[in-house]
Amino acid sequence: MSNGKILELQQIKREFVMGTETVRALKGVSFDVSAGEFVTIMGSSGSGKTTLLNILGCLDKPSFGDYLLDGINVSSLSRNELARLRNHKIGFVFQAYNLLPRTSALENVELPLFYNPELTTRERRERALGALESVKLADREGHTPSQLSGGQQQRVAIARALVNQPVMILADEATGNLDTRTSYEIMALMQELNQQEGKTIVFVTHEPDIAAFSSRTVMLRDGKVVKDSKNENVRSAKEALAALPPAEDY
Amino acid sequence: MSAINLIMIALRALQRNKLRAFLTMLGIIIGVAAVIAMVAIGEGSKQSIQSQLGNMGSNMITILPSSNVSGGVRIGGTSFQSLTIADVVAIQKNAEYVSGVSPVASTKGQAINGALNWPTTLQGVAPSYFDIRKLTVNEGISFSDADVATAAKVCLLGQTVINNLFPSGESPVGKVIRLNSIPLQVIGTLAPKGQSSFGQDQDDIILTPYTTVQKRILATIYFQSIYASAVSEGASEAATNEIIDILRTTHRLRPSDENNFQVRTMEELIKTLSSTSSLLTILLTAIAGISLVIGGIGIMNIMYVSVTERTREIGLRMSIGARGVDILLQFLVEAIIISVTGGLIGVVLGITSAKVITLTLGWPTLVSESSIILSFVVCAFTGVFFGYYPAQAASRLDPIEALRYE
Repeated sequence: MSNGKILELQQIKREFVMGTETVRALKGVSFDVSAGEFVTIMGSSGSGKTTLLNILGCLDKPSFGDYLLDGINVSSLSRNELARLRNHKIGFVFQAYNLLPRTSALENVELPLFYNPELTTRERRERALGALESVKLADREGHTPSQLSGGQQQRVAIARALVNQPVMILADEATGNLDTRTSYEIMALMQELNQQEGKTIVFVTHEPDIAAFSSRTVMLRDGKVVKDSKNENVRSAKEALAALPPAEDY
Repeated sequence: MSAINLIMIALRALQRNKLRAFLTMLGIIIGVAAVIAMVAIGEGSKQSIQSQLGNMGSNMITILPSSNVSGGVRIGGTSFQSLTIADVVAIQKNAEYVSGVSPVASTKGQAINGALNWPTTLQGVAPSYFDIRKLTVNEGISFSDADVATAAKVCLLGQTVINNLFPSGESPVGKVIRLNSIPLQVIGTLAPKGQSSFGQDQDDIILTPYTTVQKRILATIYFQSIYASAVSEGASEAATNEIIDILRTTHRLRPSDENNFQVRTMEELIKTLSSTSSLLTILLTAIAGISLVIGGIGIMNIMYVSVTERTREIGLRMSIGARGVDILLQFLVEAIIISVTGGLIGVVLGITSAKVITLTLGWPTLVSESSIILSFVVCAFTGVFFGYYPAQAASRLDPIEALRYE
């Protein structure tokens, strides 16, 4: 690992050929993310946000430029090596949770470990339970997604992202499907993971409200970084949660 | 990825869709069960035909008088009398491939016991007839060569005759019955043989020494037929040729003369009947095989739909580290589990239904190991074959598109 840097992006370009036209989604994006940072990537639709996320998540490779994840140059890897990298280094959290239906929370969390051949059944179970514990859902291990609320489902998804002890959690609009209160709860959990356990988090969103909880914001527009700023006074999601009017009771 | 992980992933995926997995399996279950049950019916009927023929004596040779030309006039069939004791003796002496020979002089008559009577067939035979026709004496004894020499008035009764003359269940052995006006002492009873494959009651019979029939009833020196047995089933043909040669000599036929007798073996009959039931088996297996193929297409169909339906799941699995080959293997293992489980259930169901058919309809069935192995191998192969294409389609999905799939 080079000087504590988890991500290094050097002049990343990504082009898509659509028939005769070439669409340039990313036009040279460069930034680094150090271990323990909580970065939000912001941008409106069409800014290249999703393309960048795919590249950061090793689902896609840049057309030009180098992307180093934990010191490994992703550009030179094969499909299978990318899959291995996703398994070991990245924990995805999606907007739509993407939990397997009719499958218990514990089994959902265990899922990434099945693709990690070094673990025994017991280790797998213990790790999954530990991950559920860290999102405070240990008592719901047997519940299926349909028996859980949206916030709880997203917490299961976060536990699934944590279970393989990745170097980075990559969240894609992770609060997009949730109401304000639950969003804040999720952000509070993210902040806790970041501050107390030192997890590196890259959070893609288009809500400025959510970006205020992170320590740094990278703003994209038209495939370029237009702003990359440290957030001087990080808002505490816990306090924001407390400040919300109490849940209305009927 | 380890095999255990792979199987667990596949099992969990199937568990999430129990009904769908079962419906997919159903095609295979029915296919395999049908193959096993159909083949069991075919094999069962084949075996029952063969054992019936075996009961009749499959190495049995029948010699019948046949038409002859006498002074330019053709004298018809079995009414022609040409078989005498000289023929029997000649065959006995000279034929190498013949193990036993017995003349048959038969007549119809009314068997009478006190007030009861029953129309039946009286067959005069030699003691060797019992071996040739595979008859066994149930109670009492058989008659001997001495009885033949003296034209003794003794007889053995078939089960049907016993039922009609001795309905109260008392033993007929030692009793004296009459056939028309001739008194005959019952010295034994015959073990039941049941119906022949042509529906003839083989137990409606009385056996006595052939001399008794010839001298005391018919007053003739001729026989209706001669039964012989070849030393083995395979020797039937050699024995037949031998008998033809011997009889031509004893009948003093010139080389230009036609045979005035005919020699028949059971072999042809066995062949015809066996090939008929083989054809039946092939036909039934073909029908059942078609249903197995349809079951396989069912697997492919459902697996293919499930790939589309589970696109997001596949995308997710890929995003958390599944390689293309992991997805391929998962779907393949799912297909194999479905078809193997379906196959096992089908085997059990097939054996059970064969038993049920035997119990309820009374059809003979024979579950053959080869049909179990064959149908099982076919269905496992079906699983791999029809599961591979959808599995490959799944493994080639782009994770980005799969994740965004609605």
